[in-house]
Amino acid sequence: MATYQDIVSKPTPLAPGHRMCAGCGIPAIVNSIIAASDKPVIVANATGCLEVTSTIYPFSAWNVPWVHLTFENAAAVAAGIETAYKALKKRGKIKDDVNIIAFGGDGGTYDIGIQALSGALERGHRFLYVVYDNEGYMNTGNQRSGATPFGADTTTVPAGTKSIGKTQWRKNIVEISAAHRIPYAAQAAAHNVVDIYNKAKKALSADGPSFLAVLQPCTTNWKYDTALTMKYSKLAVETNFWPLYEIENGKVHINYKPKERKPIEEFLKGQGRYRHLFKPENRYAIEEFQSLVDEEWERLLKLEESGAKL
Amino acid sequence: MSVYKPLTGAQATAEAMRQINPDVVAAYPITPQTPIVEFFAEFVANGLVDTEMIPVESEHSALSCVVGAAAAGARAMCATSSQGLALMWEIVAATPGLRLPIVMPVVNRALSTPINIHCDHSDTMGTLTIGWVQIYSENAQEAYENVFLALKIAEHPDVLLPVMVMQDGFITGHGVENVKVLDDAVVKEFVGQRNPDRYLLDLEHPYTIGPLALPDFYYEVKRQQEEAIERAKEVYLRAGEELAKITGNTYPYFEEYKSDDAEAVIVILNSAAGTAKDAIDELRAEGRKVGLIKPKLFRPFPYKEYREVLKDKKVIGVLDRSISFGSYAPVYAEIRNALFELDHRPAMQSYIYGLGGRDIFKSEIKNVFEELLSGNVDSEKQKYIGLRG
Repeated sequence: MATYQDIVSKPTPLAPGHRMCAGCGIPAIVNSIIAASDKPVIVANATGCLEVTSTIYPFSAWNVPWVHLTFENAAAVAAGIETAYKALKKRGKIKDDVNIIAFGGDGGTYDIGIQALSGALERGHRFLYVVYDNEGYMNTGNQRSGATPFGADTTTVPAGTKSIGKTQWRKNIVEISAAHRIPYAAQAAAHNVVDIYNKAKKALSADGPSFLAVLQPCTTNWKYDTALTMKYSKLAVETNFWPLYEIENGKVHINYKPKERKPIEEFLKGQGRYRHLFKPENRYAIEEFQSLVDEEWERLLKLEESGAKL
Repeated sequence: MSVYKPLTGAQATAEAMRQINPDVVAAYPITPQTPIVEFFAEFVANGLVDTEMIPVESEHSALSCVVGAAAAGARAMCATSSQGLALMWEIVAATPGLRLPIVMPVVNRALSTPINIHCDHSDTMGTLTIGWVQIYSENAQEAYENVFLALKIAEHPDVLLPVMVMQDGFITGHGVENVKVLDDAVVKEFVGQRNPDRYLLDLEHPYTIGPLALPDFYYEVKRQQEEAIERAKEVYLRAGEELAKITGNTYPYFEEYKSDDAEAVIVILNSAAGTAKDAIDELRAEGRKVGLIKPKLFRPFPYKEYREVLKDKKVIGVLDRSISFGSYAPVYAEIRNALFELDHRPAMQSYIYGLGGRDIFKSEIKNVFEELLSGNVDSEKQKYIGLRG
């Protein structure tokens, strides 16, 4: 098994010199995932944080072939690359094997890109789709997405005297992906590089499409100190807000079960987007948040225990 | 040896695609384009081509897949119509800036609303400003040959732009004609292989395509794109000369039909030009000096060449199968623009016809000529042919 040291010592396909925010976890996520590939990688990138900060013309931070077309179609572009690869291989025009990885944010994945993603998963293209999930349209300044959690303050659904911010729970993008009967779908978080790496390894060795959702705490719009990204990623897992699990050929396996789950307040506190929940009149929302987290965790445990195929 | 086959326009297009045998084709059904991808899918199913086909979930993804495949180094194609073209518009607009040589046949159909599956040109005329080379086809024969022409232009190193090849929905697309089909081997040699100088699957040379360009560079990228489409004018003629050697046909910017000595000329593109030719033949038999200019290459638009052939005409009527709401109709606007430099401009009249697939008759085109010759024209007024009163 690869150690943390092994992974971070590998060459970085996403080179230093990009313009991501201080404290952003995206570079570590991207490099850990690509490090898991034993074949050359081609990247298709949706419009979003990663794209706008890594390729400001005439510069590129990418040491691997990379393409960006638009916001909602990274899965379709990746499908096109994969099909071209099959065609050119068949016709003897290329020799090497490759892995094709699409990266999109949660806006480009859960929302505007879900159709292209669904189509590509259903057709069975052999590629890995990665969503770096910072729980909103963070590149454009914290607008609500289908990934934004309950109670968060966003610019399009702000907290106010008559609002706690978002009142819906987030979509379950991992289960949506798994419902396409793909061989591998998993959830990981920015702080656990070894887990990300191992999941990427499994995903890239799957015979078909694979999907990986990685929590990417956003220092800029979750509004916390830039040094605390990994702390919040870890708290998301320790509170069961963001369980680390995988769905392999339909079967759920939870990769990490906290010995004692921490109360959700520990994840929420210190984040500017949840500050309003700590007002006396909104405390009920924290209780509701806690019960939503616990319900989801219980459901996940049952899915794992049952051993049934999703 | 070329052979004559009874083919619909859609079938003829699929036949051209079969002979090209692209690396990748993305397919999504949209009436009246659907038979193109259906016929092509049959070729794949029966091993007549070894193309990898992607049956996508939308038109947006159709062109997105094709862009991904082309960026990866493949020769990739898709085809569309109307609402499909509208849905993929974002990618249609994004493709030329990537300088990817993609050929996309478009079967013209009216745009919603009201929903209508029949022919007019509102779909492709809506995409004039975004950088695709556009070639229009009168019939199945032209639709077939223009696919080869388009491929040569798209992949020419001086151009590297996407090209649309148009034909009229149902009228051409579903109408059967006797099409002269080239020998497979001849086409194979003509189209050759795509040899991109940079592509994603060239793993030795990692390549970033589609970066963010801010105010310091976006402008220059767009200027280069404009220079490329201007170069497509010359490349169109050269590619046409090459194609002429195997087809025996010619590929001028526009077809001149009995227009040389004509006093009244109409400008009309795609299938209605055929009807116009019949009307002209009958009027000529009566001694009337009438003729036709049928645009073929519409983007880039060869203004100077139009000016040269139209400068001495007494009167010009331009028939558009789409409206440019709130302004002059698209073909009319171009012809009008082409004549600006003249000191003495011909009289001009703009006509709209055939929206949503309404038929246009020979008698109506004859009436247009009567009106033009009578001098009852107003260059600022749009008239409507065949409109219920």
